[in-house]
Amino acid sequence: MKKALLIATALAVTSSALAAGKLEIFSWWSGDEAPALNALVKLYQSKYPSVNVDNATVSGGAGTNAKAVLKTRMLGGTPPDSFQAHAGQELIGTWVVANRMQDLTPLFKSEGWNKVFPADLIKLISSQGKIWSVPVNVHRSNVMWYNPAKLKEWGVSVPKTWPEFLTTCATLKSKGVAAPLVVGENWTEQHLWESVMIGTLGAQGWENLFSGKLKFTDPRVVGAFTTYGKVLDCANKDASGLSWQQASDRIIDGTSAFNIMGDWAAGYFTTTKKLAPGTGFGWAASPGTTKVFVMLADSFGLPKGIKDPTETTNWLKVLGSKEGQDTFNPLKGSIAARTDSDLSKYSVYSKSAATDWKSSKIVGSMVHGAVAPESFTSAFGAVIDQFVASKNSAAAAAAAQQLAVRSGFSK
Amino acid sequence: MKGLSKDRLWSIAVLTPSIILIAVFVYGFIARSVYVSMTDWGNDPAQALAEHPIIRWVGLANYGELFTGFLQGRFRQELVSTIFFTVLFIAGCLILGLGLALILDRNPRGEGVWRTIFLFPMSLSFIVTGTIWRWMLQPQGGVNMAPTLVGGAPSTFPWLSSTDSVLKFDWNKLPLLTASVVAVVLIVVAVRAMQAGDRRRTVVAAVCAGVLLLWALFVGPNLKMLPAPEYHGFNLALIGIIIAAVWQMSGYTMALYLAGLRGIPEELREAAKVDGANDYGMYRHVIFPLLSPITLSAMIILGHISLKIFDLVYAMAGPDNLQTSVPALNMYLTSFRQNQFSLGAAIGTVLLILVAFIIVPYLASQFRTEEGHA
Repeated sequence: MKKALLIATALAVTSSALAAGKLEIFSWWSGDEAPALNALVKLYQSKYPSVNVDNATVSGGAGTNAKAVLKTRMLGGTPPDSFQAHAGQELIGTWVVANRMQDLTPLFKSEGWNKVFPADLIKLISSQGKIWSVPVNVHRSNVMWYNPAKLKEWGVSVPKTWPEFLTTCATLKSKGVAAPLVVGENWTEQHLWESVMIGTLGAQGWENLFSGKLKFTDPRVVGAFTTYGKVLDCANKDASGLSWQQASDRIIDGTSAFNIMGDWAAGYFTTTKKLAPGTGFGWAASPGTTKVFVMLADSFGLPKGIKDPTETTNWLKVLGSKEGQDTFNPLKGSIAARTDSDLSKYSVYSKSAATDWKSSKIVGSMVHGAVAPESFTSAFGAVIDQFVASKNSAAAAAAAQQLAVRSGFSK
Repeated sequence: MKGLSKDRLWSIAVLTPSIILIAVFVYGFIARSVYVSMTDWGNDPAQALAEHPIIRWVGLANYGELFTGFLQGRFRQELVSTIFFTVLFIAGCLILGLGLALILDRNPRGEGVWRTIFLFPMSLSFIVTGTIWRWMLQPQGGVNMAPTLVGGAPSTFPWLSSTDSVLKFDWNKLPLLTASVVAVVLIVVAVRAMQAGDRRRTVVAAVCAGVLLLWALFVGPNLKMLPAPEYHGFNLALIGIIIAAVWQMSGYTMALYLAGLRGIPEELREAAKVDGANDYGMYRHVIFPLLSPITLSAMIILGHISLKIFDLVYAMAGPDNLQTSVPALNMYLTSFRQNQFSLGAAIGTVLLILVAFIIVPYLASQFRTEEGHA
């Protein structure tokens, strides 16, 4: 009896000690990305030393596992204090429409973030006139990677538009390059689709597509699908067996000339493959998107009904601060969402991306959750797969349009 | 003795908790899933994860969507894939398992070691098997490099990434095809019944076959399930997955068959030999008939594994590979990535019905034989 009492008191003491300052950070940053997160946590703890930080990482690429765990916790009524989500519709279309997030507009106002984050970005993370998440980093999706030495050897230059790309492709094929373009598994094919669409329809057309002003069945969009089909004819046939890293490897070894991938590829080339930027590997905006920055970002929001609101708000403040972003991004291999970051800390590639971030038109990526809700993004993979098999532009466009209607952003 | 003896009370007391738990957590949840599949929960993204979602009853609309909806071609391809997968997987396991068992039954040297080696893959989980085989079936490595060991050119077969398919048919013709197949089966039944002299059975089967054939000829061709033709067939990318699955489970059928072979009394074999049966005759007329109950159990167990298969496909080909996808994978993605809970529940219910097609006749026959023995 005495023992039981003792244990009970001990438990009560420890749990109240924990309650004094606790913060749970829910993310999918493990492995390569863990050091960046740890640096952020360290920065937070140096400012708020009494807070006990619980790093609840659920590993798994692009958060596939973490998102499932998150759903269970949200529906079960125990939301994590702050969770990672791709900025934009992935968060808005799932959690904001379900009325489970708190409005962050006052925080943006009090921290002066409206001035340091680009207006295009604020638009992407807002709905119903309110801002919903704090972006920590920015990646660019529309980058075309190539091997400068090989291009010289083949005597071709980097194409600036998709029609030009198709000509270059024909030239390379005549020189014995079987697959001038390399793609990998399904999501990288969607990634390519996105670049072809934006390069063909333009930034405005892309925005209209996801605001419902332009239908997928519009002849211009169907035409862009046809272009995409022609681009795929330039690509390798064993796509679905390759990860994005394996696809990138074919650029380095000279089997293929071009690859379209997000700028995490720069980290892979420099860190894993020990190549020098500019000579070992080269990059350009994907054809037709020179002045466009297709972005995706990781962000943190503030769920309703959490236990530690003060600690969480402080965490968000650290995330959005210049110091926080410049601590995190050089390690993660991304650039800061803020336009006033300290560029001396970044790599050669990141510096060029940061310059483009300030001067380009910013639009959101579909495949990485910025412009379309999960219900669209997730089902769209099947549309692309069917298109790859059938090359029927009209059918793919009609299917995409039905998905858009079902997901509620088009009529 | 039917009274409430002490034993009987005890047995009731001990069984009640598990009966209640099974009633709630198995049958209650099945009923709940079937109910959800007939609502619109999740079709409106704003309601899917809301705290108090508005859920409306829509009857069989989700099933209609799955079988005839323009967007659900993926599901229909998966159904076709599942059937091909199940047939080839079961056939592969049975043939390989029986072959291994027959070899081991001849008491080769080191039998115990071989048995362990053949049974070992079963102790791995499908995720591990899938990961290993994904490495082996890479376009430029593993199996494709095997010919170079003997000096040949490496094979270029795209094991998991092929987009070719064979035995294609138009989904619109499905009612027609089903009716024709069932009619042919019924005709066979009728002919057999006639030979056996069962008149009533002959007539019933023949009439049913006739009605189905008439329907297939006159109504079926005019039935349009989809606005446009939609072709489904056996995707060649599935072959790699079938090989991995057979590798994993054939040891298990081997163990079953070996137990069956060892269970056949020596006297029967001797009697057959005395009657002048050669090896072939002995297997054909004595041993294989005695193994048929084992074949049936193996088919049931392998059948429901293959219908529900998820982890192997996920590990080998990833979730978004349309050519290798299966309904269980689609159910997971639909429910937990697209938040379309009702549509996911409908896919789950279709899977349950498919598994029931296999399990229920088996259970029924089991009960009947048990009653027969009692």
